[in-house]
Amino acid sequence: MSTHDHSTLAATRPDFAAIAAWIPQGASVLDLGCGDGSLLRYLQGTSKVQGYGVEISDDNIVACIRNQVNVIQGDLESGLSGFESNAFDYVILSQTLQATRHTEPLMQEMLRVGREGIVSFPNFGYWRNRMDILQGNMPVSEVLPYQWYDTPNVHLCTLHDFETFCHDNKIYILDRRVMTGDSEIRLLPNLLGSTAVYRFKRAV
Amino acid sequence: MNASNNIGIVNAQYAQFNTPISCKSGAVLPNYELVYETYGTLNSDKSNAVLVCHALSGHHHVAGYYADDPKNVGWWDTMVGPGKPIDTEKFFVIGLNNLGGCHGSTGPMSINPKTGKPYGASFPVVTVEDWVESQARLADQLGIDQFAAIIGGSLGGMQALQWSLAHPGRVRHVLAIASAPRLTAQNIAFNDVARNAILTDPNFYGGDYYEHGVVPTRGLRLARMLGHITYLSNDAMADKFGRGLRSDKYSYSYDIDFEIESYLRYQGDKFAAYFDANTYLLMTKALDYFDPAREYDDDLNKAFAVARANFLVVSFTTDWRFAPERSRAIVKSLLHNRLKVSYAEITSTHGHDSFLMQHTHYHNVMRAYFDNIASEFTA
Repeated sequence: MSTHDHSTLAATRPDFAAIAAWIPQGASVLDLGCGDGSLLRYLQGTSKVQGYGVEISDDNIVACIRNQVNVIQGDLESGLSGFESNAFDYVILSQTLQATRHTEPLMQEMLRVGREGIVSFPNFGYWRNRMDILQGNMPVSEVLPYQWYDTPNVHLCTLHDFETFCHDNKIYILDRRVMTGDSEIRLLPNLLGSTAVYRFKRAV
Repeated sequence: MNASNNIGIVNAQYAQFNTPISCKSGAVLPNYELVYETYGTLNSDKSNAVLVCHALSGHHHVAGYYADDPKNVGWWDTMVGPGKPIDTEKFFVIGLNNLGGCHGSTGPMSINPKTGKPYGASFPVVTVEDWVESQARLADQLGIDQFAAIIGGSLGGMQALQWSLAHPGRVRHVLAIASAPRLTAQNIAFNDVARNAILTDPNFYGGDYYEHGVVPTRGLRLARMLGHITYLSNDAMADKFGRGLRSDKYSYSYDIDFEIESYLRYQGDKFAAYFDANTYLLMTKALDYFDPAREYDDDLNKAFAVARANFLVVSFTTDWRFAPERSRAIVKSLLHNRLKVSYAEITSTHGHDSFLMQHTHYHNVMRAYFDNIASEFTA
């Protein structure tokens, strides 16, 4: 894959670059809800990862194969029983957490199958979302493009919510990147960041 | 016949082997012949060859038709041909009839040169491993060191898997469709009922029925009827036949009342008219015996440790004879060994037979995968 492809993809999905920065060369990666395989294809280019995706949609299975990404068709909601414990260095859930129903068991499964987990999700605490609510509307934006009646997002959360969740579930947060568009947000991230990416492991 | 997407007229070819083959059972065949067909052109560095392994009742006639029999279209003509998922404009595709078959390769019907009579019961019980060995010898004769891909459905998928174990360096991609790493007890049970139907037919004569001038048609017919039920899904049968009657009234006899009875009897008759009962026995036994994990303390992960190929595993949601969970077991072991694998679980109503059907998404998956394979040698 050319450098041009990398920069194009990174521009489309700024969380890709943040995730890639954490993943060492040649790591084994499982990408849950991998869509058309863009992230894995990106990581295969940047980090030469040994990657596999999990996807439920028929069209995305074909898209992944066309993207030369290994993909396993399956439903995340029924767990990761098809994967052995500690089989991967990293298990990624990119922009999918908020759309999972069985979020708690899935997070535990991620850390059974992988040494570390990486999650990215839209920050519901982002100021524009708060403004929408204050004005009396459900937020609709580039990061949250759905209407209330057609959204797949059943478990939206803020940065604070996610960090509390990790604490309560004995999940240790190793790293965090908060972004709006492609700029990193350091000041007041729960207010000014639209997307968050976390890297975590089991607390011992 | 639409010439634009059909390979057109094809011819069967024969390969003679005079080096004895030692079967897994210990039996030795001193010489044998395999019938095969090829489609497309082998490229100059011989890197575009695809081997299609057939299932229980399949054979070498995979695609195209015969000049003298234009209605006899190959069994996977929807998959193999110009512009089709296995594109014969890019790939050199080989279909063969396995050893022990009844479509031209040496089998129980063939004359044993030692006795001048058909082999019959004396033909060895061959296994998937034996087939792969004989297929490798055919590849040698055709000058193919390494296949771009080996593909098969059901029992054919088992052969494709076995290739990755027996000859890891000779196949780059293995495609196992509607297959399994070994049969379940229920699956063996179905095969045994089918075999019993044949074995207990009074015309079977212990397998040497040829010399009595008869065929165990009743047994073979029953075996096929039973098999056929298991290849369809409950839903597909309900949709196609329901409780539909041949006439509007019940006959209150044991004649055919329901459409499904008529269909099954027709399928049984049709099959019994051309298939050999000994071959049917042998093929079902090969299915039952296939179990690569057996030599590795029943650990499939260990069995796949030697594999080097990339894999595509495909199953069908309503296939209960080779259920998706059986394919997922293959995938799990491939993952354990860090092999490249993709897995598609196709939503289809047609049960085990789905792998032979023209299904848009299934064919899209196959096309995408084969396009990638082609890009490896045309790039």
